[in-house]
Amino acid sequence: MSTNQTQIVGQSIQRKEGRDKVTGAMRYVDDLLFPEMWFGATVRSPIARGRIRSIEFTGNLPWHEFTIVTAKDISGQNCTALILDDQPCLADKFVNHAEEPVVLLAHPDKYLLEEARRAVKIDIEPLPALFTMDDALNQTEIIWGDDNVFKTFLVEKGNVDDVWASADFIVEGEYETGAQEQLYIEPNGMIAMANADDGVTVWGSLQCPYYVHKALLKLFGLPPDKVRVIQAATGGGFGGKEEYPSMIAGHAALLAWKAGKPVKLIYDRAEDMAATTKRHPSRTRHRTAVNKDGKLLAMDIEFVIDGGAYATLSSVVLSRGTIHAAGPYACDNVRVRSKAVATNHPPHGAFRGFGAPQSIFALERHLNKVAATVGLRPEELRRRNFLHEGQTTATGQVIREKLDLDGLLTRALELSDYHAKKERFAEHNATNATQKKGIGFATFLHGAGFTGSGERFLESVVGIEATATGNVCILVASTEIGQGTNTILSQIAAEALRLDYEMIELAQPDTANVPNSGPTVASRTCMIVGKLVESAALGLKQTLVQSGLLTDDYSLDEWRQACAIYIAEHGALKSFSKYEAPPNIFWNDETYQGDAYGAYAWAVYVAEVTVNLVTYETRVDDFVALQEVGKVINPVLAAGQIEGGVAQAIGYALYENVVWDNGTMRNNQMTNYIMPTSEDLPPIRVFFEENPYTYGPSGAKGIGELPMDGPAPAILNAIESAIGVRVNCIPLLPETLMKVMNA
Amino acid sequence: MKINVTINGQAHEADVEPRLLLVHLIRDVVGLTGTHVGCETSICGACTVHLNGRAVKSCTVLAVQANGAEVTTIEGLANNGQLHAVQEGFWECHGLQCGYCTPGMIMASCALLKDNPNPSEGEIRHGLEGNLCRCTGYQNIVESVKYAANKLQGA
Amino acid sequence: MRAYLPAYDLQTPANLAEALRLLADAPGVWKPFAGGTDLMVLLEAGKLAHKQFISLWHLPELRGISITDDSITLGAMTTYSQVQTHPILQREFPLLCQAASWTGSVAIQNRGTIGGNIANASPAADSLPALLVYEAELELVSARGARWVSYQSFHTGYKQMAMRSDELIKAIRLPRTTNQWIQHSRKVGTRKAQAISKVCIAALAKIENNTIHDIRLAFGSVAPGPLRCVQTEAVLKSRAIDDATIKDARSALAAELTPIDDIRSTAEYRLRVAGNLLAEFLAGNGIDFHSDR
Repeated sequence: MSTNQTQIVGQSIQRKEGRDKVTGAMRYVDDLLFPEMWFGATVRSPIARGRIRSIEFTGNLPWHEFTIVTAKDISGQNCTALILDDQPCLADKFVNHAEEPVVLLAHPDKYLLEEARRAVKIDIEPLPALFTMDDALNQTEIIWGDDNVFKTFLVEKGNVDDVWASADFIVEGEYETGAQEQLYIEPNGMIAMANADDGVTVWGSLQCPYYVHKALLKLFGLPPDKVRVIQAATGGGFGGKEEYPSMIAGHAALLAWKAGKPVKLIYDRAEDMAATTKRHPSRTRHRTAVNKDGKLLAMDIEFVIDGGAYATLSSVVLSRGTIHAAGPYACDNVRVRSKAVATNHPPHGAFRGFGAPQSIFALERHLNKVAATVGLRPEELRRRNFLHEGQTTATGQVIREKLDLDGLLTRALELSDYHAKKERFAEHNATNATQKKGIGFATFLHGAGFTGSGERFLESVVGIEATATGNVCILVASTEIGQGTNTILSQIAAEALRLDYEMIELAQPDTANVPNSGPTVASRTCMIVGKLVESAALGLKQTLVQSGLLTDDYSLDEWRQACAIYIAEHGALKSFSKYEAPPNIFWNDETYQGDAYGAYAWAVYVAEVTVNLVTYETRVDDFVALQEVGKVINPVLAAGQIEGGVAQAIGYALYENVVWDNGTMRNNQMTNYIMPTSEDLPPIRVFFEENPYTYGPSGAKGIGELPMDGPAPAILNAIESAIGVRVNCIPLLPETLMKVMNA
Repeated sequence: MKINVTINGQAHEADVEPRLLLVHLIRDVVGLTGTHVGCETSICGACTVHLNGRAVKSCTVLAVQANGAEVTTIEGLANNGQLHAVQEGFWECHGLQCGYCTPGMIMASCALLKDNPNPSEGEIRHGLEGNLCRCTGYQNIVESVKYAANKLQGA
Repeated sequence: MRAYLPAYDLQTPANLAEALRLLADAPGVWKPFAGGTDLMVLLEAGKLAHKQFISLWHLPELRGISITDDSITLGAMTTYSQVQTHPILQREFPLLCQAASWTGSVAIQNRGTIGGNIANASPAADSLPALLVYEAELELVSARGARWVSYQSFHTGYKQMAMRSDELIKAIRLPRTTNQWIQHSRKVGTRKAQAISKVCIAALAKIENNTIHDIRLAFGSVAPGPLRCVQTEAVLKSRAIDDATIKDARSALAAELTPIDDIRSTAEYRLRVAGNLLAEFLAGNGIDFHSDR
């Protein structure tokens, strides 16, 4: 048998775990059963802020049969450990948001448990609560820290204040985005077994096993080897299962510990939507100096996000939003001032894009206003300001990769037939009174991996182990949540070792068995973890070569034989690889200057819409998504990532409205929180450009979050082109559009 | 209440409470966990099964209402390990990502193709409007159904 | 955990007579349960306090579609799927078929019934404006006998019905008199599918030489119940379709509708869009549409 020369990277190979998913054999957390398992439920605060006066167990229920847990039962620290550890695992004396967990119940009978959940009455003395960013900033109440501010950033390049006087035009604008529910189709859930002898073990739907691990250590005050976190098959995450699962794992484990039984805690949809995190609402103010040629002279940006009641991840969401706020443009004078503020909403959290969709929405809407002010077409304004190789971003990062945004824009406009359509639509709109057609685009970037020094601090580790048959198992804590981790990491390993794709498998993410390859977030799994898989794989090969068992050119049989001999002699064949930052990457956390990300994906998205003036509804008729993402590992899978992100972002732009009522989500069901169906979405046409990135596996960069950033501004730009009305808030519901048009 | 339900060709007799949902009969009583619960409000479609050959959302059907009926779930589609054309299509065309909506989506697709063996893209989108997918944007799902339609027609 | 319902009784009578006996013996106790597509959602949301149900789904007496020269009669348990695929309904009652296709999604349409839609009495029900303009009649049965009532006078207020607590809806009769009318309907929902309507219109008209000889208009989601807009109809009858007519019709309609703000939309939107929908219908059969008119 000759050496396997097939290129595996770049092929649209079938999904690794696809068979189990199409046959119903895949086991999600609610599909797992343990002997004598009990079920858990969470009793939550009915109001947004107050002092807990009493907890009553009402009704004619056999309360003695229940395991009941409150804050008093916590042996370690009462927090859901993350960054600041300010969020309690169970509210003790005070509640700071509606749906905050206060009491936990467990019982073997689910029906009785649900009755009991409804029969616990928490009496709370209300305290004044904050629900708007303005109230938080104006400190009408102090609800967090000294000033209701979780985090502030300042990014400064040049000096914007030197420029205003000399500008031909100064353009101002204000832009708002709403909360958005991740709406993974599998609700959150955990199963825990816990006791003093064995410690705590949890199985669950989650993105980041080691986040949960860290949180359980603090909650129980246990040593690391007494806590074990295992990922069950996970039905979507999108960030929604980044930090919140730590809370649920804590709850399940507290119940299991006290009950002395395994406890399964599964959220229903209403609970999941009301209680768990959402995308941060935002407000961005732009003040832009531009000369008559359309050159951006100064960009002054104020970016505020609503973090909800606890700090959770808001500081990092704010960071990413801040860094992306000035977009893919070269401007000598940039100032971004940003704040994450506290309100009494349930904490907002991670959601695909992580702050960037908010600030990019503002920028890409604003630049159309700037273009109109200067009298340039939107594409021309952007061409005059695009970043090029050798120029610097707002954080002073020098672009070292080959970057051709001009070419990208040209191709996207061609693929979407932009110019011809603009003309056709103008004619159409002149004669059609009720259907107005428009086309618009957005140009943007998204940094892959943790921001700034984040990857250095993470120090991710990946392992690879071969068996005596020559098959290879990848050991990572990076989770498959639908995005294709299993498939692409297998492709990368198979490519590096020149083995068949079928010979590669992934170990189940289990903190007892896999090293910490970092969280499954931040578009980092392919680029950062994939690179570590590649280098661990090469390390495996190197071990065999150095042992004299393999030459550089080998057949599958020779590989298998070498593995068998090595393992017979040494017991195991493993290789580990630890993250090292690429050279020339430097970040200053104090000044917020430097190389914010190792690499960026670059994109131009074009949306075509029809606005119906009978109903004020907007339909997206066509969508072109063109991006440069480095080497594409699996084209159909990657396109699927983009399509899914675009679909979520169309929802973000036009449909998905969280209705708040004194801090409680009122439309917390799929019946009334409106995500798009197959009928609401256009064909999404995805195109890639490939400019291999030196430090990515086979040249790949990250793509997970990118598609969330561009659609909303592209769609609102298209709407403006259709009806000539400028709307700067999303979601743009028909009711809003009607108001604006008839104002 | 005593009920008799045939699930994937196998007869099941059960003594159930009226409040038992069909999806809980399938998952908790019979132990077939491929049918998922996503919303409890008949919107997401993850729990779609066939009841006497018609697609229904088993989270809003009572088990007692299935008395005497034939139920087919995702586990009943493959034949001796040989995937049904729709299952094959979803795997081949990347019509799934997280896989949670997939069993329901596949059952809805099978029902669609039974009524309309050669659907247009628009007819596929209409036929699957009751099944929400948050991962794919539906594009590859549409491709998967086309693939299966071709395969079933011997193309 | 909400899907683990509180205990309740569910009777599954063997036939209609047994069902009616149950209702007669304890009027108001048993809530009829048809396809369950509405009730189950409420039950699982914990929003239905009722504890005693009587399943009608399997009763043969409530099924079947029968046809005479003058009318079509649908058993109350006729599903939306059956409505949509029935050739005579498709030909003569397209608005009902359209409404059936709007309701939920295919899997819901296989379970949801036309009788259930009436008895659930939602002002947003998709099929009810169509039943209003077709001037449907309902057969109500009880252990004491049967009677026919006009559907138009059936829904008397929010979730209120002119029906005794021992009665069931057995059948819906549609007179075959409107085949030659212009027929139009449109639903505005929160999305294309699986949406509850924000406003919807069903309209029938006889228009010759740009003059409205007769017209029937009904709207959903703009009043406590589905609403036949007789005053607007009166304004339009015998009028030529022109800007002035449309303006008058809009005013009449605005006076007739009593929409509210809710989780799905606003009163302001419903009012304006209802007017737009009417204008669109009239304009489609006469002159150009202007949304500001």
